[in-house]
Amino acid sequence: MHRKTSRGTEISFLERQAKLVRTEILRMLTIAGSGHTGGSLSAADIVTALYFSKMRYKSDDPTWRERDRFILSKGHAAPLLYAVLALAGFFDKLILKTLRRLGSPLQGHPCSRVLPGVEISTGSLGQGLSVSNGMAIGMKMDNLGSRVYCLLGDGEIQEGQVWEAAMTAAHYKLDNLCAIVDLNGLQIDGPVSKVKAIEPVASKWSAFGWNVIDIDGHDMNEILDALDDAETVKTKPSVILAHTIKGKGVSFFEGKVEYHGVAPTQEELEKALIEMEIDG
Amino acid sequence: MGKKMMGTVLERPSMATRDAYGEALLELGKKRDNIVVLDADLSGSTKTGKFAKAFPGRFYNIGIAEQDMIGTAAGLALSGKLPFASTFAVFETGRAWEQVRQTICYSNLNVKLVATHGGITVGEDGASHQATEDIALMRVLPNMTVIVPADALETKQVIHAIADYCGPVYVRLGRSKVPAVMPDDYKFKIGKAHTFSTGRDVNIIAMGIMVSIALEAAKTLKQEGIDTGVINMSTVKPFDIKTLLNAAKSCRLIVTAEEHSIVGGLGGAVSEFLSENHPVHVCRIGLKDAFGCSGTPEELMKHYGFTAANIAKTVRKTLTSKQNEKIKIKNL
Repeated sequence: MHRKTSRGTEISFLERQAKLVRTEILRMLTIAGSGHTGGSLSAADIVTALYFSKMRYKSDDPTWRERDRFILSKGHAAPLLYAVLALAGFFDKLILKTLRRLGSPLQGHPCSRVLPGVEISTGSLGQGLSVSNGMAIGMKMDNLGSRVYCLLGDGEIQEGQVWEAAMTAAHYKLDNLCAIVDLNGLQIDGPVSKVKAIEPVASKWSAFGWNVIDIDGHDMNEILDALDDAETVKTKPSVILAHTIKGKGVSFFEGKVEYHGVAPTQEELEKALIEMEIDG
Repeated sequence: MGKKMMGTVLERPSMATRDAYGEALLELGKKRDNIVVLDADLSGSTKTGKFAKAFPGRFYNIGIAEQDMIGTAAGLALSGKLPFASTFAVFETGRAWEQVRQTICYSNLNVKLVATHGGITVGEDGASHQATEDIALMRVLPNMTVIVPADALETKQVIHAIADYCGPVYVRLGRSKVPAVMPDDYKFKIGKAHTFSTGRDVNIIAMGIMVSIALEAAKTLKQEGIDTGVINMSTVKPFDIKTLLNAAKSCRLIVTAEEHSIVGGLGGAVSEFLSENHPVHVCRIGLKDAFGCSGTPEELMKHYGFTAANIAKTVRKTLTSKQNEKIKIKNL
């Protein structure tokens, strides 16, 4: 993807795309009858910005050697990844209706063996950053200018392996790697601060040797600036701490822990679509 | 140093399989520039240090972080590299089991997990460092190939063979020296067992260090008139079912011998297959659902019954009781 001419035009294009992405997420989850709504909606703006502005890839050649890579370490946000990949042309949008069905390439959590565009199977938390490190090292060995983007959940960083990987990335000076933490503040059992506090997040990453960028994860302008800034920092990896709202975009899902792993009902879907229409 | 084994004199010296791995990696590194090696702070013990010294730009020490090492290896494979990731078997397969399952096997990645310090011959360090469940842990994973070479010659061939094979592989190597047992003209092939001889009374299916011990036991038993065969089942998965089936059909008793728990390893694999396809009496020599302990490797081998004498005793006892059973039935 290449940048549109003016930032203003680009932002409004991306905001429209993000709305489309959210609509597809809600539709596929409603048809599937199960899946992770909240965390798919919270990261929708970030992943939209990556696939429709920042990243270089070829949807008709998903294994193109020089592509940038996106690793969904918080694999339960699979509906978000699927919606974006479909809209980006990796596969037919009709396939979205098969989410979680027997025989579908859209597994409950992403599986790289069956769906083009998925770089690595995820779902068991805490493993994506290590894989991203390996890719970033490989790209450096081959002198490729490509970059790796890894999206983590805020509850996910309770996993110890994340911090093992954080040390490795800093040690090997992986400045072609950008991690993004979706700080939506909620995990299955409740607020992250109550289940097991992760704060102070910024100083933790900073102490591990990372360049830290703090943003509003729903502000397209801030997202694009952060992704550009990360690229300019040399000799250390960057992490974007994206403050988000779980369930963002649908008023009655926002900030509700109950919608972490529950799909919308048909009635909720209709209400949500009307709301998003009015909003837009 | 020559050792007479089943009629073939082998002049090759005893050597630890981990040392053969270090040499094979060097050879591979010279031949193929996409080989990268990862270790978790044990490169001196796993012998990947030799590769690190020769090719510093292709060696990554991930520190004491096995789970991260597995993920990093996966990422390197996805960048078109051929990663070999090494540490002690107990950490590679135990500490990082779920990473091996989710990231390597589920995605079916071309990552080679070559672990050293398998089994109780780790010795003095004790049970915390002795992998005695690793074969079971790796064998249950779909897409995984599991190989346990018997000596240095076979190890070298295994390392070259898995570099040419695309997919996840687990190789278990040992710390202690093992005698040369494979014939000089031996050619390893993934999934193919090596038959030293086939017995009409008993066939011993062994892997790793237990192959040389099985050969010794067979020599004793043959002298006593018990026709004994020995098979090196170095590929535990995928299993050489043809060779096993032929062996089982030709004899009265199958004995498995492994430096591993009798649960889920080679004995488990043999029993599972034979009970469904050709039920025959199977005796499993191995660790009897227990942990190891500290001691010299030689002491431990004796302590846990990983000796030619114990294998021979088991065979005699089982064949005699089977004979008595037959007589009893006849006299009913």
